Amino acid sequence: MAARTSYGRLVALLARDSRDIAAAEDALADALARALAHWPDDGVPANPDAWLLTVARRQLGHGRARAATCVAATPALALLDAERAETPDTDLPDERLKLLFVCTHPAITPRVQAPLMLQAVLGLDAARIAAAFLVSPSAMAQALVRAKARIRDAGIAFTVPQLVERPARLAAIRTAIYAAYGAGWDQLEGDSPSDLAAEALFLARLVAGQAPDDPENAGLLALILLCEARRPARRDASGGFVPLDRQDFNLWHRDLVREGEAALRQAAQHGQPGRFQLEAAIQSLHNQQRLTGADLSAPLIGLYDRLLDIAPSIGALVARAAALTAAGAAPAALAALDAVAARCSDHQPWWAVRAEALAALGDQSAARAAARRAAGLTSDPAVRAFLLAGRA
Amino acid sequence: MQFALIYYQTAADFAREQSEPEAYWGAWSAYMGAMGAAGIMRGGAGLMQPPTATTLRIKAGEWQVEDGPFADTKEMLGGMALIEVEDLDAALAWAARAPCVVDGSVEVRPTIPPDLV
Repeated sequence: MAARTSYGRLVALLARDSRDIAAAEDALADALARALAHWPDDGVPANPDAWLLTVARRQLGHGRARAATCVAATPALALLDAERAETPDTDLPDERLKLLFVCTHPAITPRVQAPLMLQAVLGLDAARIAAAFLVSPSAMAQALVRAKARIRDAGIAFTVPQLVERPARLAAIRTAIYAAYGAGWDQLEGDSPSDLAAEALFLARLVAGQAPDDPENAGLLALILLCEARRPARRDASGGFVPLDRQDFNLWHRDLVREGEAALRQAAQHGQPGRFQLEAAIQSLHNQQRLTGADLSAPLIGLYDRLLDIAPSIGALVARAAALTAAGAAPAALAALDAVAARCSDHQPWWAVRAEALAALGDQSAARAAARRAAGLTSDPAVRAFLLAGRA
Repeated sequence: MQFALIYYQTAADFAREQSEPEAYWGAWSAYMGAMGAAGIMRGGAGLMQPPTATTLRIKAGEWQVEDGPFADTKEMLGGMALIEVEDLDAALAWAARAPCVVDGSVEVRPTIPPDLV
């Protein structure tokens, strides 16, 4: 974690005045490569961040060591990570919040904001980001280069926005973090923790810590923590998909659940409910329902109603239909699904929830057809097998 | 834009056609069914197993005929679909849903527009 902390802090400091993120990344990569060459023999300097900053600033004036930015940085970051634990905390200012505001500026194409943030603040390489967002690596690299050029040339300032702008700009940061978490949600290979989900959690902690004035920041953190806590229980021993109502909650990360509940409570103290606080409260209820066996479907549907009032989305609507089905109101669930059918022909969860509702109504053949359609739309083999097998 | 989704499968994946036909065909037919229902399919075909292939070359006028696919590679051609979608991102989304993409791979290539041929 410490190396990740350093990367974003240093890029933010290096790019603050020039607004040239690409040049800052190149200079930092060069400094990290030098660190890797010198530190093993000479020892790690007393303040590694200051050392890197000095070397990188010297580099900034020189030509650019293009490409290989993150590739060169990886081993040096690992080394820094290992050594960092023993060195005192840096006294350099933390400008990462400004960097987050820059990456999610309205002048940057919305779909590039999350990738740009992952690269500039965390040092992820374009290929890995491209894979998570399912676009080609060259297209992602080009989009990132264009976005950085735009920041440099359009004069987007490295500042924390004025009071009036601040709420909307923080919302853009949260949207980007949530998009990154969504892209990481399906990465469940083997036992390895999902990389992008961990990165998104890191960013959510960063924003909740640096901008505690907006309770939605803690709400987003709570949402990610409460979902992330269930990760170990989402697959069985043979890799099969396990739906939430059958998960073994002893496998959940209890510390993440506790941290998530605490963040949610802290957010609620502001008395300003919002989209992410509601979504976190929904996940909290789901967890409690599984833990206690109590039927919490009525309050769950109530929370979904409020969520749809303030932030209507297909995802929330489909989730509400699932809650209705679980509460024994399958006809209402089907009616709600039918109302958005035209927009959902390729939406896997819509078909999966429809299958559940149809099965609850006893229409097994229509349920199987809907489940089959959902199976054809998922890219997750475990989910596909679950949908094709049907609920036992 | 029209794209070809070219499906490459491993020998282990091909073997599942015999060992667990229900899961194997269930996955492929659900996938192809979803593409059909989405109205994007423009053509394509699944191929019989690689050992059924016969490969022909003519070198200096002489016919060389071999049993099996043209190259002995880790991944072999399993089939192809032609789809009409907005852009590469949309084509990649459909490629990601292919049952073979986890063990094997899917190559996504734009087709040559008819007016260029």
